[in-house]
Amino acid sequence: MNVGDLSRRETGERLAGEGLPLQFGPFNLSVRSDLDSFAAYAHQLYEPYPLPDTTAICDFHVQISAPRGLRRWLRRQACFGVDGQFPFAPYTVEHAFPALEWGINWCVATRAHHLLLLHSAVVERNGRAILFPASPGDGKSTLCTALVHSGWRLLSDEFGLVRPEDGMLLPIPRLIPLKNESIEVIRRFRPEAVIGPPFLKTRKGTVAHVRPPLDSIRRGQEPARPRWLIFPRWVANAPLRLESMPRSQAFLMVATNAFNYEVLDEAAFRLVADVVRACDCYSLVYSDLNEAIPALDELSNAMDG
Amino acid sequence: MAKVASERLRARKLLLDALNTPETLPALSLADWELLLRVARRARVLGRLESALDHAGLLGDIPPRAAAHLRAARNVIAHRKTLISWEVNRLLWALKGIDAPLILLKGTAYLLADLPPAQGRIFADVDLLVPEELIVEIEERLVKRGWFKTEIDPYDDRYYRVWMHEIPPIRHQERGTEIDIHHRLLPKTSHLASDPAPLFAAARPLADPRLRVLAPADMILHALVHLFLEGDPDEGLRLRDLVDVHDLLCHHGQEPGFWASLVPRARALGFQRPLFYGLHHAQRLLGTPIPPDVLRDLEDAAPAWPISKLMNRLIPLALLPGHPDHPSRQAALARWLIYVRAHWLRMPPGLLVKHLSHKAWLRVRGFRKRVDLAQLDLKQQ
Repeated sequence: MNVGDLSRRETGERLAGEGLPLQFGPFNLSVRSDLDSFAAYAHQLYEPYPLPDTTAICDFHVQISAPRGLRRWLRRQACFGVDGQFPFAPYTVEHAFPALEWGINWCVATRAHHLLLLHSAVVERNGRAILFPASPGDGKSTLCTALVHSGWRLLSDEFGLVRPEDGMLLPIPRLIPLKNESIEVIRRFRPEAVIGPPFLKTRKGTVAHVRPPLDSIRRGQEPARPRWLIFPRWVANAPLRLESMPRSQAFLMVATNAFNYEVLDEAAFRLVADVVRACDCYSLVYSDLNEAIPALDELSNAMDG
Repeated sequence: MAKVASERLRARKLLLDALNTPETLPALSLADWELLLRVARRARVLGRLESALDHAGLLGDIPPRAAAHLRAARNVIAHRKTLISWEVNRLLWALKGIDAPLILLKGTAYLLADLPPAQGRIFADVDLLVPEELIVEIEERLVKRGWFKTEIDPYDDRYYRVWMHEIPPIRHQERGTEIDIHHRLLPKTSHLASDPAPLFAAARPLADPRLRVLAPADMILHALVHLFLEGDPDEGLRLRDLVDVHDLLCHHGQEPGFWASLVPRARALGFQRPLFYGLHHAQRLLGTPIPPDVLRDLEDAAPAWPISKLMNRLIPLALLPGHPDHPSRQAALARWLIYVRAHWLRMPPGLLVKHLSHKAWLRVRGFRKRVDLAQLDLKQQ
């Protein structure tokens, strides 16, 4: 059963009541909200996402709600909560949706220490995955969005979830938050992409959420094997450069950029070493998606001979 | 309403049953596991459940999703243990030549002395007890060798230095671990006596003779003093501290002479009231085996009838984390009352009024500890 099988009203009732259950890859969430505007966005953007089994354990109980007490009447605000705790300052009510999406990332990054959490976008084709570890502003979300609308499958635009037991990458195909100019870039690149409403003047500028293609969401339980590590950087007007990189350098860049490398200690060292050994490593400088995508397709085609 | 009440009871029973009889956990339903994980996370005992199940060889018999949460807790704990041990190692290096006994307190002590509460326990910072006359020298030496004093406002700095039992926390420039340096167990302003000399005299050396831990009875008394006198109005009393006391009592209770010495030691240090509450509630909530004559011996440490009746209700309310979806006003009130009581015992009334009104003023002005979610780098967590 998917969110789309519920009516708009049912979605709102679940959100305002016991919680709307959602499955994002390895995590089951329960989302609650008493905000009407949020329910409308959730119904629209989460539509193809599966609901977990009714009896399954829910990993994170999150909510985005009006603050309690007097503050409720002073300004219209939204607070992100997890397990009944509200650890963060409130948002203006207009930004409730991006706040919840961000809060879910926070839950994963601070709680899922049974996995190695690389800070990386991940896409897959024919069972082989590219990891794009990068810092904010390097254009990893934009590149990843373009790829998943060009025949690649989305595993994640934010988390490289490595399963310690076998080093496989687990998908967590959530909405992709595009910021500022990237939104227009993707609109032009793939007019058919499903992009949610732009949220203006958030603390990260304008944010709009791209819904991953249905195939990526449907295959949300299907892991992939790491095959390429590519460090992207968007530079205006730069000619395309895809250059191989020594594995030792790639190792350091992946390790220092991971969310919980220190927490997993020796296990993290071994897992990153395994990922790097399994991958061809490149740095990629690009300015034009129409050049970058074919170059990456070429890597994959070469494997299929 | 009846449903809410029964849900709250269910949360409480799940948590206590999990702590007391972890071997029954494999029989839990998925719905019970879900609630237990949430409540245990709030009470910070996920790691303890993991370690208990591991000892019983039952980790393979629980739902995989629950096992994942427990493994995550275990990984974080292992990491924190490494950090704390390393920080103590660096402290010894930095303080070489200063002839001071370093008494490790709380989690740091359990870890380095390899005591049962260290199993599956989350460690926040390094806590030390040192002679007051050496504090300045130690602080200066640490600052010279790479640590820094965390920035706090002048009011808080004065609060620490003039009234408290510890100095403002210090932290290494490259490592995140906080070090709390105490010179006594209770604020200087407290009604309860807190002369640290007998504690130093009784402390036990560890393998490295520069490191010591409090003697068994003192360690338990300190855990209880900390539990009942360092409340947080939102968090309440830390169940985790009572679990530590339970473990220590089970462990040291086997040693000959321990029980006979506990009550006299509490009286000598002036801690008989916290011991009374601690033993009573450890037995009531965690089933700690306590010899009946010890409890009889302590009867005169109980407060007068109306107070004892009230505290009997307030303490469990403030100790147990409650239901995440059904917070109770009664429990919130209990937490607040216990917090005010702790402050009452920590400082004289005039000072208390001044201090609490300063804190209240900060709240009104909106200086809250809450962080801006979007500005927060996920990696800094």
